[in-house]
Amino acid sequence: MILQIANLHAKVGDKEILRGVNLELPLGQVHAIMGPNGSGKSTLAQVLAGREEYTVNGQVLFDGKDLLSLSAEERAFMGLFLAFQYPVELPGVGNLYFLRTALNSVRKHRGLDELDAVDFLAYAQKRMDLVEMDRSLMSRSVNEGFSGGEKKRNEILQLAILEPKLAILDETDSGLDIDALRAVAKAVNALRSPDRTLLLITHYQRLLDYIVPDQVHVMTEGRIVRTGGKDLALELEQHGYLADAKDHTLPVGGHR
Amino acid sequence: MSLNPGTGLGQMVVPEPDGQPQWLQKIRRHSIQWVAQHGFPGRDDEDWKYTRIGPLLAIPFEPARASLPTSMSFSDLDSLVGNFGGPRLVFVNGFFNPEWSSLTQIPENLLVMALQTRLHQEEESNGRHLFPPPNNAFTALNSALTEDGAYIEVPANLRVTTPIHLVFIADAEADAPALLANPRSVVIAGANSHISLVESYIGLSPRLSLTNAVTELVLEQGAQVEHYTVQNESEAAIHLGLVEVHQQQDSRFYAHVVSLGSSLARHEVRVALAGEGAETQLQGLYMPRGKQHHSHVTTIDHQSPGCTSRELYKGVLEGRSRAVFKGQVIVRQGADRTDASQTNKNLLLSEGAEIDTRPQLEILADDVKCTHGAAVGQLDEDAVFYLRSRGIPDKEARDMLTYAFVTEMLESLALPALRTLLEHSVARQLSRESTGP
Repeated sequence: MILQIANLHAKVGDKEILRGVNLELPLGQVHAIMGPNGSGKSTLAQVLAGREEYTVNGQVLFDGKDLLSLSAEERAFMGLFLAFQYPVELPGVGNLYFLRTALNSVRKHRGLDELDAVDFLAYAQKRMDLVEMDRSLMSRSVNEGFSGGEKKRNEILQLAILEPKLAILDETDSGLDIDALRAVAKAVNALRSPDRTLLLITHYQRLLDYIVPDQVHVMTEGRIVRTGGKDLALELEQHGYLADAKDHTLPVGGHR
Repeated sequence: MSLNPGTGLGQMVVPEPDGQPQWLQKIRRHSIQWVAQHGFPGRDDEDWKYTRIGPLLAIPFEPARASLPTSMSFSDLDSLVGNFGGPRLVFVNGFFNPEWSSLTQIPENLLVMALQTRLHQEEESNGRHLFPPPNNAFTALNSALTEDGAYIEVPANLRVTTPIHLVFIADAEADAPALLANPRSVVIAGANSHISLVESYIGLSPRLSLTNAVTELVLEQGAQVEHYTVQNESEAAIHLGLVEVHQQQDSRFYAHVVSLGSSLARHEVRVALAGEGAETQLQGLYMPRGKQHHSHVTTIDHQSPGCTSRELYKGVLEGRSRAVFKGQVIVRQGADRTDASQTNKNLLLSEGAEIDTRPQLEILADDVKCTHGAAVGQLDEDAVFYLRSRGIPDKEARDMLTYAFVTEMLESLALPALRTLLEHSVARQLSRESTGP
């Protein structure tokens, strides 16, 4: 197992958003978490990536280590990656410089040599081709003035460059037209590997037509309430999350 | 002759201006009287109230004497202030230093010399250019005491591509008294001429010093001047600088100031847009840390119609530092079609840092376009998290975002050699541990 989450709770102030998440992800698989708005999917992603605004309880083992005791950067060194739902614009930070700084920081902590500008360019270009990234975006500031699709591609490019063991893709499909979705899905599929686990977070079954998961989990009200094969996504698309939640909520106490 | 009763600077004994041309002796005596009459700016003076000069007035400064630098050697100069390949005039505590200066690359007809040389050639002050009446005690003090400075006269239509470099070194031995230097430079850019000028203020001495610099620039019709000021004096130093600019029709003035050093620094720019269609652009970057105080005061006086002014000042404050930006824009009656904009943005990196930002617009004409904006903020924590989630450690992530905030100011520098030098200086300033608690 690359990731083992047991009874994970997360609060912002007095508001409890994650209410006992249990989830296990084997190495090399693709899993999807689906669920309605406000169910806690993005919070789970942010908590796993190391966001400090949450008060967190529970246990998370990443590659056998206690994830919750690590800083965001240490999690990245270990091979955890989050593709943001809303990638941040960084005016004045050149995209290529940012990518090289990130890769070299991660390489340094993984005991690898840092790449100079020339070697990095060769390394990055292969991956730019993979995600069909417009070269002109590399000399611009990170995400500044990028279209929705360009921002998402830039996230997948970072995934390709940092080569994580676990990549969480938070609504990577949102805001993409069908052509952009196909291109991003193609790149993500190319990044599937026996050494890498992908966790897709999405509202819609559409993404899963292109990136076929091994398992689908349903999240409502801060818990994983159901787990099934890829057909579960289709079922949810037809019947909705609420009907599902009423019929299939796991026995987890007095809520609902 | 002393300035006025009191202690410290006010009690300073001013040497008799002997050995100077008659007209200049008169100006110097008059300037001393001006200080005695008006005194130094106090808390009630709008232009100075946020700059704490009180302690400075209590210090018994002594006028500097000509000397060779003891705190640095000539071979350090290029790495400290850069080398732009053109003429370089070096002043030590306000005195011209011919050994360290290089006056060989000067194009024909271009007049570049020490101000003293020029003053002794003049029968009379040519009025509008040399020593205009003072508007505050420090300018008057400079007129009364100035040791030397640069005199630059560019004939009409001459375009000089290599910058002229003025280097002002504040220097003192460890046991020296607190020294006062009053460099004064005069630049006259003839019609349709084009020059660029770099002023570097440095010092490595740990001894307290006061540099009280005045630079006057006159841009005749259609002239273009790029003017760069880099203030990187030692943290024991106090720096006061005034850049006084008179612009005639269709002239263009582009100024950049970067403030890094000194314990207390005040940089003032006063621009008179006296001729129709003149354009001025002022950019400033200040990065006080520890207990440093950096003030920037600008006055842009739109006296004629159809003039344009652009102002962008950015500050990055750390530790318990203070900064002031006061930007005054005056649009006189009849100065129609004025187009003025002013922006001041500040990044506070610590809770102890403080900024006062004060735009001040006085608009007396009807057909004008004036905008101003001021912003004070901290680093975007979402951006910090984004970088950390990519494996960039917290400190590096913050430095990267801070550098990104100032990079706009460096990218707009038209001199590549200066840009490279400042990129290093700025990065060094950012990585320096804050000295404040």
